[in-house]
Amino acid sequence: MDNKRRKILKIAAATAAVSFTGLPIETFASYLPKIGKYVRSDKEKKAKQWGMVIDTRKFKTKEDFERVIKACHSIHNVPEDIPNKKQEIKWIWEEEFSHAFPDQENPFLAERYEHKDVIVLCNHCQHPPCVRVCPTKATFKREDGIVMMDFHRCIGCRYCMAACPYGSRSFNFRDPAPFVKHKNPKFPTRMRGVVEKCLFCYERLEEGKLPACVEASNGAIIFGDIFDPNSEISKVLRENYTIVRKPELGTGPCVFYII
Amino acid sequence: MYDKDKIIPGLIIFFFLITFPLWYNLGQAAYESPKPKLPVNVKKCIEDTEWMRANHMELLNEWRDMVVRHDMTHYVNSAGVNYEISLQKTCMKCHTSKKEFCDKCHVKVSVSPYCWDCHVAPEEVTNGQ
Repeated sequence: MDNKRRKILKIAAATAAVSFTGLPIETFASYLPKIGKYVRSDKEKKAKQWGMVIDTRKFKTKEDFERVIKACHSIHNVPEDIPNKKQEIKWIWEEEFSHAFPDQENPFLAERYEHKDVIVLCNHCQHPPCVRVCPTKATFKREDGIVMMDFHRCIGCRYCMAACPYGSRSFNFRDPAPFVKHKNPKFPTRMRGVVEKCLFCYERLEEGKLPACVEASNGAIIFGDIFDPNSEISKVLRENYTIVRKPELGTGPCVFYII
Repeated sequence: MYDKDKIIPGLIIFFFLITFPLWYNLGQAAYESPKPKLPVNVKKCIEDTEWMRANHMELLNEWRDMVVRHDMTHYVNSAGVNYEISLQKTCMKCHTSKKEFCDKCHVKVSVSPYCWDCHVAPEEVTNGQ
């Protein structure tokens, strides 16, 4: 009896001693093939919350929209010309003003806004509803504020699509590969049954570059850290009157519009 | 022995079935290890070949999680060399063919990893797809 209790206490003490050594769990988990180290990119652009200001005044012609959309869709292997419109995949696209900002609509809206198109994309919300509902954590908020997708983990339940009030997410109802004409060998495609959306070009930020749409916009889109008071975007936000899409929902969108 | 006429044929059938793989494969070509085509200009993989052969699948899984979920974009190997974590940009830079490298073993041992459901194989690009 005594012997048994002593034994249990010894095991408990040994376990406690190991867990208090402060060594990472990997030290003991010998089954993990840890022989190298993981480090961050030294060129990486860092932020607390990436955000975007879209100057709708500078999107004048059809060409302005198309150039920006094409810049994004071509490098991210986004399928184009899917025959069924309901199945199309969009990362960044043009939307009628009254659809993008239903709360701004009024019957006497200035004519130039009535049929104005604005460019829309994932808002990378501060409180993203899609992240809350994802059952597999396939979509999550990164430290730099990007609402990221782990396509490996997405099971295609589409809860996130139901949760997103901006329609920013598209579902691959069919294998998208045949609709990607020129595949970018540096970026993956997707498979049937996963949801996809704009990822704020995380892969370009890691290389120290700006998102593709920002680069292609000729200054019509400003990108930066909205929590850094010294960033260019903060300056633009201070000096201009901007609106966001559906602010009443409390999602905290990080894409701002100068109208 | 009771039921001799049932037990003995039963035993013969049992023995026949249990040795099936042995005599079925008689006379067929012996198993040959697959020979994936190795890169020509590069002599060393990110870790040594034997280790990679045994552990590449775990390493790739870990790479996937590290780069997608933890923003760890680079891997420093046991010799201290820094590599960008990317199947398409790093692995396939040297292993220039999925067909001649990955598929060689995977087909032979009947495993079908789903990497290439989404990731773009080098062939797809050279074929102009």
